[in-house]
Amino acid sequence: MSNLKDLRNRIASVTATQKITRAMQMVAAAKLRRAQEAAEAARPYAERMSEVLANLNARVGSNGSGPPMLVGTGRDDTHLLVVATAERGLCGGFNANIARIARVHAMRLIDQGKTVKIICVGRKGHDSLIRTFGTRVIDLVDLRAVRHVGYDNADAIAKRVFALFDEGEFDVATLFFSEFRSVLNQVPQALQLIPAALPEETDEKPVADGPQAAYEYEPDEEEILANLLPLNVGTQIFRALLENAASEQGARMTAMDSATRNAGDMIDKLTLHYNRTRQAQITKELIEIVSGAEAL
Amino acid sequence: MAESFKFELVSPERLLLSEDVDQVLVPGSEGDFTMLANHAPVLAVLRPGLLDVTLQDGKEQRYYVRGGFAEAGPDGLTVLARLAINIDDLDRAKLNQEIKNAEEDVADADDDERRHAAQDTLDRLRSIQQTLQLG
Repeated sequence: MSNLKDLRNRIASVTATQKITRAMQMVAAAKLRRAQEAAEAARPYAERMSEVLANLNARVGSNGSGPPMLVGTGRDDTHLLVVATAERGLCGGFNANIARIARVHAMRLIDQGKTVKIICVGRKGHDSLIRTFGTRVIDLVDLRAVRHVGYDNADAIAKRVFALFDEGEFDVATLFFSEFRSVLNQVPQALQLIPAALPEETDEKPVADGPQAAYEYEPDEEEILANLLPLNVGTQIFRALLENAASEQGARMTAMDSATRNAGDMIDKLTLHYNRTRQAQITKELIEIVSGAEAL
Repeated sequence: MAESFKFELVSPERLLLSEDVDQVLVPGSEGDFTMLANHAPVLAVLRPGLLDVTLQDGKEQRYYVRGGFAEAGPDGLTVLARLAINIDDLDRAKLNQEIKNAEEDVADADDDERRHAAQDTLDRLRSIQQTLQLG
């Protein structure tokens, strides 16, 4: 039978843990709201951007002579995986889920005999991927010091990707992140950055007015396209970082909520056990006294 | 009273302005131009500079914008800027930072074309700085 002091200590320690998890849950809830607002505020920009690019693409890229960032290098040998995860743990399966789809993707490419390079954004994904892929992980972008992700952070990552692309270090770049659907639902995703994956232009507009009004371009189409594509990559990365930030807080909130509940259950069980043990001991002592008195 | 049109100013962080306006002065890479209602569809790259918006009630708002492009279509004008700051929020420190970045760009430029572009940016920033300090 476990002794009373041990039980008391365990109850105290679980209670302390519960306090921590509850505090973390509340902090995550507060941060989530801010992260969610940021993610939503960034959407119009990303949406307009892809609209305009799709428009341009239809005009310029269709003849197959667009810039390499749009049509690719023509090869498919070296893949760059940009894996965005969180800097902190204790957020349920958030980091593990992103790392998993990245790992599956990388394994499939390696099986096909392709070269894989990985850039990690966030320490957690780096920790888990470096075990499997070792030197294939070429870089880690550390955002630990960053409190609120700004466009500059995304831009820095984008610049790094372009530098590698210009040096011919890879042919295809894919971004992994977690899309924020709701507090309970975050979906890890892969998004192709280079060559740019553009939404197919849908002919939803009535064709009654003939071809779309002709745009004037200033400067010409190709220069604009060359200008926009990097901007688009930066935007996509920025969106991914924001979605990630919101997802992380959502995942942490859920994880900490269930941790708090578990701790509560545990405290109840331990307290019950403690009271029973205490009563049993009192009963035992009483019996000893009574039988001692009877023996006299 | 001039005819108004829909104008949206969007930065990656958020939607800064979405209103009906009378006219907008856009700093295009080939030169500044003023947009009025029913402008022909145009897509222009921005250069760093000041964007002047004249609202319907005649009030003006100025923004410092950098990078991105302006798209005028049948639905109005949309400016997607990589960086957009209302001039009231733009303080000396931020502008100085921009100038410093531009100076570094000039120093780092590895060919004439880029150096000219960076120098142009720098000059514009300096002139903005002067305008603001005088005003």
